[in-house]
Amino acid sequence: MEEINALFSGFAVAMTPFNLLLMLVGVTLGVIIGVLPGLGGANGIAILLPLTFTMPPTSAIIMLSCIYWGALFGGAITSVLFNIPGEPWSVATTFDGYPMARNGKAGEALTAAFTSSFVGAFVAIVMITFLAPLVAKFALQFGPPEFFSVYLLTFCSFVGMNKGSPFKTISAMMLGFALATVGMDTVTGQLRLTFGNPELMRGFDFLIAVIGLFGIGEILLSMEEGLAFQGAAAKIRGKVVLETWKQLPKYWATSLRSCLIGCWMGITPGGATPASFMAYGVAKRVSKDGDKFGTGQMEGIVAPETAAHAAGTSALLPMLSLGIPGSPTAAVLLGGLLIWGLQPGPLLFVEKPDFVWGLIASMYLGNLAGLFVVLTCVPLFASILRIPFSIIAPVIIVICAVGAYTVHNATFDVWLMLGFGILGYVFKKLDYPMAPMVLALVLGDRAEDSFRQSMLISQGSLDVFFSNYLVAGISSIALLLLFWPLIGKFVGKKKAAAA
Amino acid sequence: MSEHTNNSNQDSVISVRAMDIITAIVFLAIGLTVMVGSLKLGASWGSDGPEAGYFPFYISLIIMLSSTVTLYQAAIVNKKKKTESFVDRESFKQVMAVLLPAIVFVLGVQLIGIYVSSVFYIAIFMVWLGKYPLWKAIAVSVGVSVALYLMFEFWFQVPLPHGSWFNPLEFLGVQ
Repeated sequence: MEEINALFSGFAVAMTPFNLLLMLVGVTLGVIIGVLPGLGGANGIAILLPLTFTMPPTSAIIMLSCIYWGALFGGAITSVLFNIPGEPWSVATTFDGYPMARNGKAGEALTAAFTSSFVGAFVAIVMITFLAPLVAKFALQFGPPEFFSVYLLTFCSFVGMNKGSPFKTISAMMLGFALATVGMDTVTGQLRLTFGNPELMRGFDFLIAVIGLFGIGEILLSMEEGLAFQGAAAKIRGKVVLETWKQLPKYWATSLRSCLIGCWMGITPGGATPASFMAYGVAKRVSKDGDKFGTGQMEGIVAPETAAHAAGTSALLPMLSLGIPGSPTAAVLLGGLLIWGLQPGPLLFVEKPDFVWGLIASMYLGNLAGLFVVLTCVPLFASILRIPFSIIAPVIIVICAVGAYTVHNATFDVWLMLGFGILGYVFKKLDYPMAPMVLALVLGDRAEDSFRQSMLISQGSLDVFFSNYLVAGISSIALLLLFWPLIGKFVGKKKAAAA
Repeated sequence: MSEHTNNSNQDSVISVRAMDIITAIVFLAIGLTVMVGSLKLGASWGSDGPEAGYFPFYISLIIMLSSTVTLYQAAIVNKKKKTESFVDRESFKQVMAVLLPAIVFVLGVQLIGIYVSSVFYIAIFMVWLGKYPLWKAIAVSVGVSVALYLMFEFWFQVPLPHGSWFNPLEFLGVQ
């Protein structure tokens, strides 16, 4: 009950006309960002962050999170109409979405995608509403060793859940940690790894890394593919929407399953992309029309879209309650909070309840606004994609440069952005994952602080991470996930030998 | 993207294997740099707990270990990847067509500010790669720059770089 009361006071904060306007602006900008190749949720928010500096924190975070919702919706438009996933998590949506659009059912496919996105997000927000305060309350008892073990769990799960080489994942992640140590040491105040270069004293800001890796890197990749957009016609009529809505309840089981997969993958930092693939795979296996998947089945859109949005949204749960973002985009939102002097984590619920609940309430409203905007404005957004790449590409690079500069008002950062762009291009082609690197860059300082504090408590002994049931439990799961690729290989070999 | 990386018939600039090896060596070099830096700071247990280089030292150790394995896998285990192309000549030209002008653009941002550089960059890109008539290119590029100015400096009062070498828009009152 306590949560419901708090939520209503949150609605009171979120429902001022100014905030509602920001929601619409944010969602619209977000959809544009999601539709444009080379701009995604994470770097879109990173670039637009400076625009919110003059706003009150609650309004600013409402606008930024609405950009996030919009970007999540936008990815589906390009997948269905153009067979180009605007975001990695909409890849699975292309499998059935594009065939449906080719069969002249673009309206149905888009309505199904948007509605399932909304359902996935909605379920995740309900979960956040009731679970986040509990997690935060629980986490208030955490000491430095517990926090470090949670960080460890976050990072080890990247190693365990990534399909590529675990060593590449570790290298990329550690590069993030190494870059995070550059600059002023927060404990001793010493300058670290700057090698006498004054520009490096600021350290490597993760916003610059995000803009470079995900923005410039993506442009270089799209350039290589020689993008040519040929899309199905996009129009959504009210009648089609209502008819599709009538059909959707048939897929309640798929929807529910995908929600669960999404929420789970969002909280553990598996992320939206694997969640969407997993939900698609499960739906294909369980559905009686499973063999028709890939030819334009509505169920094949419902599953990945629901899971991706449930995951994308529930990635905010660990960010709000523990201060540990579940995805790069959640990390950028966290960066935004830090800029306003708000420290995300368990204390935020106690110290700034109106902010937290305003944000949670805005999630409900923002997603509703998102659904409304995308259902009414699809033709407009689809026409953005018809702008030729030779205009879009330089404009996006200019926008990225502006975004990188405004973080610290430094042109050096614009050079860094270019460097990260090249890194992003190489990383993507060699299967080095970028999300763990960005998260390591964001969380590096705090992970290090909690590690050093734990070491102080134990006088340098690693036993402190196994000193009580809680911390030992989390650390053990972390280690299990870290060695999962090895264990999986071993189990696989045994199975093969038995067969 | 996969059709590019797996295509071995086309002219390849560099193979996936070679690129994997180079990247692993760069990682090793970064690991070594961080290690030297953290040892200089002190990477052991000081009088008041772990020294400033304590954490980065172990990070550098892990980087070096993991990239050694990657190097070993790329150079010795996955020899068949030798034929896989990282990027073929045509795609490489396309990528360079974006990257090189972008580098000149960033240099421009530093020297003469973002507005004039953006106008040149977008216009040249449109005329050269998009084959647009000059007037269209100028209209779009000037439009984008004006929109940037209005949005950032005018409405949200966030200053953008005006040029460290000289400010070509000084006569317009852009300080």
